[in-house]
Amino acid sequence: MSEPIKVSPPEEARLEAQTDEGAQQLQPKRHEVVTGGLWPEDDDTMIINMGPQHPSTHGVLRVMLELDAETVLQAKPVIGYLHTGMEKTGEELTYVQGATNVTRMDYLSPLANELVFSMAVEQLLDLEMPPRATWIRMLLVELNRMSSHLLFQATNGMDVGAVSMMVYGWRERELTLRFLEKITGLRMNHNFIRPGGVAADLPDGWQHDAEELCRTVEQGVREYSDLLSENPIFIERLMGVGTISTEDALALGVTGPILRATGFPWDLRKAQPYLAYDEVDFDVMYGRNGDCYDRFRLRLDEILESIKIVRQCIDAMPLGDYRVQDRKVTPPPRARIDESMEALIHHFKLFTEGFRVPPGETYASVESPRGEIGCYLVSDGTGKPVRLHIRGPSLYNLQSLGTIAVGGMVSDAVAIISSLDPIMGETDR
Amino acid sequence: MATDTDHAAAGEPPGASPADEVAAAVAARFAATIVHESHGQPVVYVERSAWHDVAQFLRDEERFTQCLDVTVVDHLVDSERAVIPGVALERFEVVANFLSHPRNRRIRAICELPADDPTVASIADVYVGMNFAEREAFDMFGVVFEGHPDLTRLLMPDDWVGHPLRKDDAPGRIPVEFKEDPAPR
Repeated sequence: MSEPIKVSPPEEARLEAQTDEGAQQLQPKRHEVVTGGLWPEDDDTMIINMGPQHPSTHGVLRVMLELDAETVLQAKPVIGYLHTGMEKTGEELTYVQGATNVTRMDYLSPLANELVFSMAVEQLLDLEMPPRATWIRMLLVELNRMSSHLLFQATNGMDVGAVSMMVYGWRERELTLRFLEKITGLRMNHNFIRPGGVAADLPDGWQHDAEELCRTVEQGVREYSDLLSENPIFIERLMGVGTISTEDALALGVTGPILRATGFPWDLRKAQPYLAYDEVDFDVMYGRNGDCYDRFRLRLDEILESIKIVRQCIDAMPLGDYRVQDRKVTPPPRARIDESMEALIHHFKLFTEGFRVPPGETYASVESPRGEIGCYLVSDGTGKPVRLHIRGPSLYNLQSLGTIAVGGMVSDAVAIISSLDPIMGETDR
Repeated sequence: MATDTDHAAAGEPPGASPADEVAAAVAARFAATIVHESHGQPVVYVERSAWHDVAQFLRDEERFTQCLDVTVVDHLVDSERAVIPGVALERFEVVANFLSHPRNRRIRAICELPADDPTVASIADVYVGMNFAEREAFDMFGVVFEGHPDLTRLLMPDDWVGHPLRKDDAPGRIPVEFKEDPAPR
């Protein structure tokens, strides 16, 4: 019989350090006892993998939980299951094509991704947007915030047992997406906000449709509120569950609704206005306790604030160009292509080679439904970026799970993951 | 101000870069810091040895409540690179974006890392949230953040060889296996 392979202590430590995805942190702890020696293996805690195929993990999130019976002692999010190398892809695509790539990152708020990418490119190009383009962008992003928060209401409801919410939430979201489809041509992954403006003008009669949508969603929000806000079971599941303090949230890089729910009214739309947010009237919603219930309530109220902004967009939508008339980034009008060879060549060059962006680096940021989404863009003077980095709010919000979920029950962990509203496409990129 | 003389020495007209007050404070505290403005955003290029202290300084004395992002840029194949007077450009740049909520301002810190020794101090002890960001940067670029509590791969599999976002790590390096053609029936 062969001898068991002996591993020297440093070698053992090295192997341990190589263990899968930091699992060694969650290994059962062996305690030294006063009588000398080690306490026999502690069987009280167990390690459970939740996900990556768990229905309440919103895609492919895996959470390693160390449990003492039902209580969570440690939680460690393990991500990367949806990593598709989108930042690398972004380096292979021209600036014209770039928006098609970033829009797929946070697939529930694609327009916020497109917006932040376009803003970064425009900063590098020193482009000024015409007012109509700015307002169309604001309209779209707010509609997108509505649809994203509506989906949150649906999934959050279902995750904690209010299954009928799934149907109600999707119902209103689908109406919002239908309206977005009418404007952009696609339900999701629009590629509508592009460097230099938006892809097309608003369709005729959009005001009427938008007003009707606002009315329907408003009514829906009232229904959700009736259904959930005072519901004792719902309150029992969410209130006081998954609390995080403002200080912890800031230290962990948490932004968006989760930060605001802690009672910290920070919203980039108010604090550092971009687009035309300084010209519209809306309030920043914030909570008090930083628990799951506040996060639910806050998102519900934010839908109403978005409706407010959409209504103001309907009233105050300025006339004019929906994209800059800078021929360097904007293709010639369709009619010109029929009559002018130069226009055809220009159009062809723009969509095959793209435009050149002067060398430099910049960071653009906007308030997406999930928090601050940032785009760090580096150019070397060619038609493709050297580095396209998206600061996804979900990544940092999800990281805080390791702090928030500790001390709660396993079923609370489900409610907490749901209330963090992570989008794995953006987390992993 | 120290920053103005730096720019003057580099042959830049004075006042070309309106020095941001925080950037000026960083430059006054840490020698060899270059203050720059990129599209209206204040940027400080700091020494590698001061990286951690700059983060600590920004958090404790300049009230920068949040670090939003730590990432790395690989400049291996740049066809043209923006020249910042006074900065010795290297292959890697580690970039951190800071945000101060009470003062409502941002600043970006950049540190140049040579290709043969891409190592920098971790700021995950100052800004806890940068744990994942630094893991991602390590995973993607192989930049080692010294003092990081758990510097393992974040997105790629643990047994992955190479760092995918490096410019010399070409995509399509791994042959894709297709199933054989269906046999004639």
